Amino acid sequence: MPQIAQIAETWSSQIFWMLIFFGFIFFVIGRGMVPKVMATVETRDRQIASDLAAAEAARAAADAEEEAWRAQANRQRAEAQAVIAKAKLAAAKASETRLAKANAKLDAKLTEAEGKIAEARNGALKEIEKVAAEAASDIVTRVAGLTVDAKAATAAVKEALHG
Amino acid sequence: MAEAAKVDPMHQFTIEPMFGTDHWQIAGYNIAFTNSSLWMGIAAVALLVFVWGGMKRELVPGRWQMAVEGFTGFIDNLLAANIGPAGKKYVPYIFSLFMFILFANVLGLMPLGLVGVHPFTFTSHFTATGVLAVMSFAIVLIVGFWKHKLHFFSLFIPHGTPLVMIPLIFAIELVSFLVRPFSLGLRLFVAMMAGHVLLEVLSGFVINGVNAGLGIGPVVSILSFALMIAICALEILVAGIQAYVFALLTSLYLNDAENLH
Repeated sequence: MPQIAQIAETWSSQIFWMLIFFGFIFFVIGRGMVPKVMATVETRDRQIASDLAAAEAARAAADAEEEAWRAQANRQRAEAQAVIAKAKLAAAKASETRLAKANAKLDAKLTEAEGKIAEARNGALKEIEKVAAEAASDIVTRVAGLTVDAKAATAAVKEALHG
Repeated sequence: MAEAAKVDPMHQFTIEPMFGTDHWQIAGYNIAFTNSSLWMGIAAVALLVFVWGGMKRELVPGRWQMAVEGFTGFIDNLLAANIGPAGKKYVPYIFSLFMFILFANVLGLMPLGLVGVHPFTFTSHFTATGVLAVMSFAIVLIVGFWKHKLHFFSLFIPHGTPLVMIPLIFAIELVSFLVRPFSLGLRLFVAMMAGHVLLEVLSGFVINGVNAGLGIGPVVSILSFALMIAICALEILVAGIQAYVFALLTSLYLNDAENLH
């Protein structure tokens, strides 16, 4: 077994070179290069995490924007509805007043016409009274030969006509 | 190869000095550059190239960068799961430990003998694994006493121990604690050596079987060869698992030091 047979002449060399090469590996590779490799990994992990966070934030912003847009659309729709309702109301009121005005005009015309008719009728009645009185006095003159004054004739006719 | 019983399964572990055998010394101790040192260096360079290829620092990683980030992430998760947030600062150490052992184990299994290069698995030497184990243990001790001062000794008394049992439990826990560096280093060394010896013995069977001529020989060769293929797959698995076990146990021991119980 050379490990034991040669130990007397090789142990110092083995230990020395082991320390040299392990020291080289530890200080140059372990202390010098490994932290850089790990820093790269860390940077990448952080980058990925921040990218994910940014994407998440963008998604949230998009959601909020959509929500805001929807709310605005709803509001505008409601406003439009209100405008339409107002316009409808105004139109209804306007037509109502116009109708009322026209009605009033018609009513006025009607009363005026009724007045005219009544006047005409009264005029006609008076004319008839007059004619009747004249005719009555004529008839009296011819039949009885009496002269009746106009006043009496008229009163008599009025009495006969109106009962 | 004609002679039988010439295959020595232990020869692969022999350390051969390459240069500096005579005059490379520190305070009288020889520090010759050996084939073991060479493969430590190759593992270190291979690891350097591997991690360097993953340093492009692109936002969308390529395959290589993905592989390197996979390993760092794996170690990071291991420490986060075993130690918690305080484990982050051990990532460089555990990563170095895991990757160095993994590269050493896997490089030792490479079929480079086909092109005339003989890979040397330095993790099959307890002088090498021992350094790593003692280093891990020393870090546990330093962190433990630094953070908890003498309160660190309460690690050896589990919660709810009856008062009369405390001395006994303390002794047992202390021994099991002190055994840790040995079990850590020996486990890796034994696992790697056993696998390589097994492969070598089986390959000896294949060669001897062929040399034995007609008869039972080729049957032995074919069966041994089939077994070798299966064990090669197993050894690749073991190479990864042993590196993982070393890193995992070190992180568990560090957890003791960081959080006591």
